[in-house]
Amino acid sequence: MRVMAQMAMVMNLDKCIGCHTCSVTCKQAWTNRSGVEYVWFNNVESRPGQGYPRTYQDQERWQGGWVRTRSGRLKPRAGGRLRKLLGIFANPKLPAMRDYYEPWTYDYEHLLSAPAGEDTPVARPKSLLTGQDTKVTWSANWDDSLAGGNEIAAGDPVLRQVADRVRQEYEKAFLFFLPRICEHCLNPSCAASCPSGAIYKRAEDGIVLVDQDRCRGWRMCVTGCPYKKVYFNHRTGKAEKCTFCFPRIEIGQPTICSETCVGRLRYIGLMLYDADAVAAAAAVKDETDLYAAQRSVFLDPRDPRVAAEARAAGIPDDWIEAAARSPVWDLIMRYEVALPLHPEYRTMPMVWYIPPLSPVVDVLRDTGHDGENAGNLFGAVDALRIPVEYLAGLFTAGDPAPVRAVLNRLAAMRAYQRRINLGEPRNESIATAVGMTGAQLDDMYRLLAIAKYEERYVIPAAHAEDAHRLEQLGTECSLDYDGGPGMYQTGPFGEASGTAVPVQVETFHMLRSRQTADAGTDPGDQPRRVNLLNWDGKGRPAGLFPPRRDPDDGGGQ
Amino acid sequence: MNTNVLLWVVYPYLAIAVLVGGLIWRYRYDKFGWTTRSSQLYESAVLRWGSPMFHFGVLLVLIGHVGGLLVPKSWTEAVGVTEHTYHLTAVFVGTVAGLCTLIGMAILIARRRLTGPVFAATTRNDKAMYVVLAAVIVLGLWATVKANVAGDGYDYRQTVSPWFRSLFYLSPDPELMAGVPASFQAHVLAAFALFAFWPFTRLVHAFSAPVGYLTRPYVVYRSRDARPGLRPARRGWGGPPSAPTTRRGTPARPTERSRGGR
Ligand code: HEM
Ligand code: SF4
Ligand code: SF4
Repeated sequence: MRVMAQMAMVMNLDKCIGCHTCSVTCKQAWTNRSGVEYVWFNNVESRPGQGYPRTYQDQERWQGGWVRTRSGRLKPRAGGRLRKLLGIFANPKLPAMRDYYEPWTYDYEHLLSAPAGEDTPVARPKSLLTGQDTKVTWSANWDDSLAGGNEIAAGDPVLRQVADRVRQEYEKAFLFFLPRICEHCLNPSCAASCPSGAIYKRAEDGIVLVDQDRCRGWRMCVTGCPYKKVYFNHRTGKAEKCTFCFPRIEIGQPTICSETCVGRLRYIGLMLYDADAVAAAAAVKDETDLYAAQRSVFLDPRDPRVAAEARAAGIPDDWIEAAARSPVWDLIMRYEVALPLHPEYRTMPMVWYIPPLSPVVDVLRDTGHDGENAGNLFGAVDALRIPVEYLAGLFTAGDPAPVRAVLNRLAAMRAYQRRINLGEPRNESIATAVGMTGAQLDDMYRLLAIAKYEERYVIPAAHAEDAHRLEQLGTECSLDYDGGPGMYQTGPFGEASGTAVPVQVETFHMLRSRQTADAGTDPGDQPRRVNLLNWDGKGRPAGLFPPRRDPDDGGGQ
Repeated sequence: MNTNVLLWVVYPYLAIAVLVGGLIWRYRYDKFGWTTRSSQLYESAVLRWGSPMFHFGVLLVLIGHVGGLLVPKSWTEAVGVTEHTYHLTAVFVGTVAGLCTLIGMAILIARRRLTGPVFAATTRNDKAMYVVLAAVIVLGLWATVKANVAGDGYDYRQTVSPWFRSLFYLSPDPELMAGVPASFQAHVLAAFALFAFWPFTRLVHAFSAPVGYLTRPYVVYRSRDARPGLRPARRGWGGPPSAPTTRRGTPARPTERSRGGR
């Protein structure tokens, strides 16, 4: 047994209202730079829908993740080492920009500078790649909330898999939101695809990062990740990905997407796992066994033997304690309500999901039944608006049984708590019917419905010699380090060449230069417009308003 | 100093010095800029033809140059390869590889110019690099074709090769190059210009060819930092974050690793 710790997340899809706050705050924090305009480390996609990038789940086409060879071992679906190197000069399976979308801005200036005339001036969309006029035809959430209807939703690869059982008719339309970040997999195929070994899994907390100094732009990782959560920065020529907000996590703060989540539906905690068991678990023969296989590598931190092994492996005591209090452990292992996203990709993803239940109650009420009655609810799980088959296609490689079990537990929790709410006696039989106890349902209710901040996030701070440095990184923009802010300038080899700088400083300086430059944003040397996405609301970006006129000119204010 | 010494001793040594020094300097100063700066995200269909054609061609040409310049004629003759056989193979393989390179490069350059986003992402440095690179390749092909089609071949292994090796023995012999046809001279001069320019262009990616991938385990683990003593840490689950109130010491420079990730 080799115990390792993994920072993991669970999202409760019942509560996601699709507001995209997580995406926007993440973008502000990490990808508001040129070269990553099209990149959303956190995106929220509507299901059914094509996702972002379009149809990324279709691995026949995109060749992400691992496959099990006939000898029972794993190899990247896009090919082993030699095949990767032979195809390195032009990656045969790289999504094109249009599969994400072509980033754009608007010619706002024209609204103000257009000469007086008959027609109201309009702000034309301009491509951020070429600076030319463009037509906006797609974006990261173009099919938000079923926009485009069946025509677009029919392109959903998961829906296509279950097309014979799930019909997407107008009357039966269903919708839920799926917020996605990098899964920080236990068996990351992005790292496995990187020829230079620049993508690594941090031994302490399992966060998967791209070393910007070692990445050489071979762009094989983009293909390797089946979730398409490594992105290529087309200005710097380096891969970038979700960092699990490591500077925040290191000081015990939740990621930005979690902190700002309007539905308060994200849970972060540690999972201990047996690193020696990962390879075998990821290679089990049957895809539908992968969910159980992944659960089997998790280790119970309350088990004294595990705790001793963990200590022997150098995991500090407060981390073991944190693992014992981990909400992620509770949701995955104790209540068994969280499921992995696409376990069949065999990367052992570590952002899990509680599948959505909500519409069932409405369905029952509409048909005159008591929507909160447990008996009715259990029976109705298969009549759900959101088909169990579809959820199984997302979370259990197509096996409906675990999904049904989860939905039953969620339904039981509701029925059980509703009686309490109405002052009726507790009905233990509801809990037993789903293999739980009333006390467990109470705890689960506390965690899912009350969802206190300190119960949602149990994040032990990192142990590092210079703790002070970590505080610095997470909480302020320190400009008083070597070389100061002036360091971050366009270098001789293109944007952002030169030595790398701390994340906060970079963001700060980038924002400031963008807000104060009258040339607007990016590519290269062509003049660009003000990009309001990058405006943090402070001050006024140059170029947003025309120059102030003198009051005695008789002009406006 | 006579021009011979200048062209065939001073200039090549300078170019090599700039190449080596430049690579070291760039590696230390600009690891972040060391990349292929792939443009495949913008355009893939043409790249799929141009790039492999160019790269396989240029790598073959590279191998050919190693064979022709570094391996002395006496060695190949010792193993029974006659001048005639050598010449035929070299001209045949060389021309095919050279044409591959040339056509591939033409495709790449046309793509750079004609695809909107690729052109917008082309820097002045890229343009200059392509000028020098194209000059070397075109001059090389021209020299070969001229010598073999017009004349009956030129045995550079009597002149250029020994001179090239003499650079590395540190006893350069410029006289060997004096009588070489102008076309070969031009190719050599352009090549050394390319070497000197190399470290300052995107071509540095060739020096980080990922051969280590073949032997490395698939998943890389790295420690955040050497594990130090325990730190009196705030418990991460103690409630909503508050800004630290006290600060000790001066800000330390962030370490390599935490800077690295993004
Ligand atoms: C030996 C290992 C090499 C590897 C693995 C390699 C790989 C690559 C890759 C992945 C690209 C990016 C293509 C794209 O997606 O846009 C590229 C571009 C390029 N490489 Fe190489 N390369 C190698 C050697 C060389 C050499 C020896 C040269 C020249 C003498 C060269 C010249 C170029 C040029 C000019 C481009 C730019 C193509 C464009 O216009 O976009 N490469 N290389
Ligand atoms: S989800 Fe994240 S860790 Fe997993 S393969 Fe993709 S980028 Fe790598
Ligand atoms: S912020 Fe929360 S509720 Fe809003 S879209 Fe993101 S995950 Fe859903």
